[in-house]
Amino acid sequence: MAHQMTGGGVVIGYRRDDAKVDPPLLSPDYVATRTRAPKRPLVPLPHTLSEVTGPVYGHEAVGELDHDLTRQHEGEPIGERIILHGRVIDGDGRPVRNTLIEIWQANAAGRYRHLVDQHPAPLDPNFGGAGRCLTDDEGRYRFITIKPGAYPWRNHPNAWRAAHIHVSLFGPAFATRLVTQMYFPGDPLFFQDPIFLSVRGERDRDKMISSFDLSETVEEWALAYRFDIVLRGRESTPMVD
Amino acid sequence: MTETPTPSQTVGPFFAIGLPQVGGAELVPPGDPDAVRLFGIVTDGDGEPVDDAYLEIWQANRAGRYAHPEDTREELPLEDGFKGFGRVGTDDEGRYEFVTVKPGPVPAPGGGMQAPHIDVSVFARGLLKRVVTRVYFPDESEANGADPILSSVPDEEARAALVAREENGGLRFDIRLQGDGETAFFDV
Repeated sequence: MAHQMTGGGVVIGYRRDDAKVDPPLLSPDYVATRTRAPKRPLVPLPHTLSEVTGPVYGHEAVGELDHDLTRQHEGEPIGERIILHGRVIDGDGRPVRNTLIEIWQANAAGRYRHLVDQHPAPLDPNFGGAGRCLTDDEGRYRFITIKPGAYPWRNHPNAWRAAHIHVSLFGPAFATRLVTQMYFPGDPLFFQDPIFLSVRGERDRDKMISSFDLSETVEEWALAYRFDIVLRGRESTPMVD
Repeated sequence: MTETPTPSQTVGPFFAIGLPQVGGAELVPPGDPDAVRLFGIVTDGDGEPVDDAYLEIWQANRAGRYAHPEDTREELPLEDGFKGFGRVGTDDEGRYEFVTVKPGPVPAPGGGMQAPHIDVSVFARGLLKRVVTRVYFPDESEANGADPILSSVPDEEARAALVAREENGGLRFDIRLQGDGETAFFDV
């Protein structure tokens, strides 16, 4: 049957964003969307074999210290050490196993190690700001990093990004690709951050905010934050035509 | 119990510190006899080059098989080292370039075959979610004409622009995010 399902051109697609969880591409308060968001309606694409397959990366893509952003240089980075962990599940609550997670972030002072970032805050010679790991059989992942600082940007007068960590996931298929940002609970900058606010539903925005997690906090060493990630679920019936 | 997915957010301008390590511009070595340069420029609604985008491509191998467990057509060979995935950023002038091979045809929904194509995702500052398009091949006019996905693009000009054109011994595929000549993007 499995052979027939793919070889015969009948595939089970992934569920659509009917609830409009994702932000609209044109979100004018985020000024860069005004010249970059496509204006024509997107063309509906029924999922074919091309979209239900996707890149497969395993342990070969991940180095031993890639998950620990505090041990990638000679010394330790400045800042508040944190453990960032959680589970990746699909829309039916099943673990997404062995999938690659990539993160990148500013340092504790709110500066990225990137030429374009000219925020007058110090770079940290011991912090690169990038990491990756694979989820385990339960869909769990764990990074060690430092808490990123807030930083200014030029979107509007006195604009500041809420502190965040960029999170990128492949999931099982081309259709499940997700890049999001993880925020910290209680950030006072949310109300004026048009990227955060581009997600229209408050409950949907809450899904981008990690929670403080005392149970995984390591005594006399690091606070823990939990960030669970949900990728799209699968249609229950095969698509024909 | 159905779970609501985590919302998408932009990659912002600084993804280059985290993302290029996996993927890369060369899906095959440049010396591969079937190697094809796939290149182009990404522009915005003002026609300005987008110098802080990155592209991901996903494709079958030259036999038309995806390196993925759900492509169970074991009669078609897999190729050692060919993952079918590439990832590259645009340069100061908005240009990108991959070295890959033309994929074989893959099954279409409801029977028949799709024309050879490459799925493309574009990520950038100012894109709150990736946008997705497809590259088709200029030497496949018959298959392109019969392709159900390509044929579903309503605007004739936009449909024609999804077929790459031959240039300087490679294949050129430009991406216009917005405005005149806006690329056809798919709702995946």
